[in-house]
Amino acid sequence: MASIYPRPVMQTKTDFTYDSKIEGDVVVTKLDAAVNWFRKNSLWPMPMGLACCAIELMAVGASRFDISRFGSEVMRFSPRQSDVMIVAGTVTYKMALAVKRIYDQMAEPKWVIAMGACASTGGMYRSYAVLQGVDNIIPVDIYVAGCPPRPEALLDAMLNLQAKVAREPALSSLKHTS
Amino acid sequence: MPPQELAQKLQTQFGALIIALPEFREETTVSVADPERIADVCAFAKESLGCNFLLDITSVDDYGTEPRWTIVYELYGLGHHCRLRIKTQVNEESSELPTVSSIWRTADWHEREIYDLMGIRFRGHPDLRRIIMWEGYPYFPLRKDFPLVGKPTELPEVAFTRAAPLQGGPFVTSAGGKNTIEREPRARITEK
Repeated sequence: MASIYPRPVMQTKTDFTYDSKIEGDVVVTKLDAAVNWFRKNSLWPMPMGLACCAIELMAVGASRFDISRFGSEVMRFSPRQSDVMIVAGTVTYKMALAVKRIYDQMAEPKWVIAMGACASTGGMYRSYAVLQGVDNIIPVDIYVAGCPPRPEALLDAMLNLQAKVAREPALSSLKHTS
Repeated sequence: MPPQELAQKLQTQFGALIIALPEFREETTVSVADPERIADVCAFAKESLGCNFLLDITSVDDYGTEPRWTIVYELYGLGHHCRLRIKTQVNEESSELPTVSSIWRTADWHEREIYDLMGIRFRGHPDLRRIIMWEGYPYFPLRKDFPLVGKPTELPEVAFTRAAPLQGGPFVTSAGGKNTIEREPRARITEK
């Protein structure tokens, strides 16, 4: 028995609708999750190489450990283009305000990894010349243990940071200008 | 030319100014009695004794004794392959002696480092600025009476320092002790 209502016609071949044959299937998600997914898979590092940890950081970037598997191969030496500052090495007081200034120049959203004992706590340098942990001047998201850490440890830190980025409320933390 | 011969030639040239110190592990050391003559002695060592390579200049803080400072010059000859060590002592009141940077140009940065960390000035130096700490840092941190943990300072827009948390930590020294155990206890209990 035919309905008294006219049957709606699916128009999938016009110029204005979504053509799944050409453009693939549609995934429904939250905007927060989508934004975070973009962010966490392209965390561009600001390599703040200050001491021997920077050698391990270079190893992470090279082919054997290959940080590009996690979307972070684009080392940006301009703070304007970076997302995550990797503080790799001993932060002396002479360098401290320069590190803070470069952090301040990075665009939001931004994160910080303190790589190794020196950047985390001052390490073995209980000294008049060394800042006792970079978290005295800038906020740190992930601390990596080691002196210096193995490249795998830094990769683990990147994965932990990705998990942290994925949990963040991306939209509600946007700064509104009125 | 063995290094003892270098020391003897210095003594024949300068007489009582040069005091031969005991030889230790085949290393020859002489002392210059008057620090004001150190540049003359060094110039002679370079021009006439062939010590054309200044390996290093260091300074020692004999805190609690007078004269307080000992400046040590490590000389080497690329022609005769001999080392010669020259020491001279400076009292704390003057804390100043002539530069040798006009004799060996490499002395420039060595003397800047000694000035930076020990506070000993070199008269006639072309550019006596701090080399490791920043301009405006008020202390000389390698002096024995400077605390290992550092002192808090503040120089806006340039740098700041804070005392490091040592937790009674390991590398504490106390000057004037009779032996190594007294001078460098493994840990010192800090009073609260």
